[in-house]
Amino acid sequence: MTTSIALVIVVTSVATYLSRFLGVLSSEKIKETSKIYRWFNCLAYSTLAALIARMMIFPSGALIEVDYSIRIIVLIASILIFYLGKKNLVYPTVFSAIMLYFLSILL
Amino acid sequence: MINFKYFVKGFISVRGIDSPALALGASLIAIGAIYKNLGFSFQESFLSTLFTYALPGQVVMAESMLVGASLFNIFIAVWLVNTRLYPMTVSLMPLMMHESQPRWKYYLFSHFVAVSAWLIMKSNYEKIKKENRIDYWFGIGTATISIAILSTIIGYLISDYLNKDMLIGLAIVNPIYFMCMMIGSMKSVQISLSIIFGALLGPSFYFISPEWCILYGGFISGTIAFFIGEKK
Repeated sequence: MTTSIALVIVVTSVATYLSRFLGVLSSEKIKETSKIYRWFNCLAYSTLAALIARMMIFPSGALIEVDYSIRIIVLIASILIFYLGKKNLVYPTVFSAIMLYFLSILL
Repeated sequence: MINFKYFVKGFISVRGIDSPALALGASLIAIGAIYKNLGFSFQESFLSTLFTYALPGQVVMAESMLVGASLFNIFIAVWLVNTRLYPMTVSLMPLMMHESQPRWKYYLFSHFVAVSAWLIMKSNYEKIKKENRIDYWFGIGTATISIAILSTIIGYLISDYLNKDMLIGLAIVNPIYFMCMMIGSMKSVQISLSIIFGALLGPSFYFISPEWCILYGGFISGTIAFFIGEKK
């Protein structure tokens, strides 16, 4: 292993575990019935939603190549399919990849 | 030490056709391919997923390496994008903490806190008695991290055969799957508002600060949703 890559992996892992560790430490004093627990629960869902929405609207990596209007059409259509398909997760997921492929060719 | 029955129960909860294995696998195949192109060895890519096990952090690491960022800058960038794991851990651990269980389990198994395992646990924990939840969680975590590692290896090995269109297809699957899974978990006013406000405010704050938008957007949306939900 080259030192630099190994070091980067260690640094990344420590930076990631830090939040998990502090999370457990704080949890020692938090009851699941408390107000502060409910607040953290809201924060967890809202930051996750913020992250996922950012991945679609301001992506990094391969999705940059796709025009943002196509990404938004695929997102809205997938959510509709999710509701129409009685909240089955497979339909929107498979459909999103197929739709993205055809829209990129057509537009 | 570990109740095997509940471990297995958690482990097999990821099976089934609508399992997050699909979304998790797709994005880690892409990561494996990126690692190969960055010059990682086979062991390095395997260990990176094992020790980090948080997709956005791994993506940020890869991007930072591409632009030649310093170790310190990589640390800050990864820490920023993965800070969401803090509220996620705080909103999960109190559900599992029980005096009959040793503390180390919580610190060690917190490594599995990532969107897929977290969402599975959140929708299943009520079915499991509190003292067994940490072993059940260990099962879920072992299963999801195994899928992640296996997919990284597959991506690393097949990277030469993946073209741009395939990588785009792999990249869309993850956000679509998890967005739908989150919509599926909108069972209270607080959670629904948190998700809707977060999805709107997170990207909006990108115009103010690309690095901090998830944290700013998430914090403000979650706090507003909390107060609206408490008032009801």
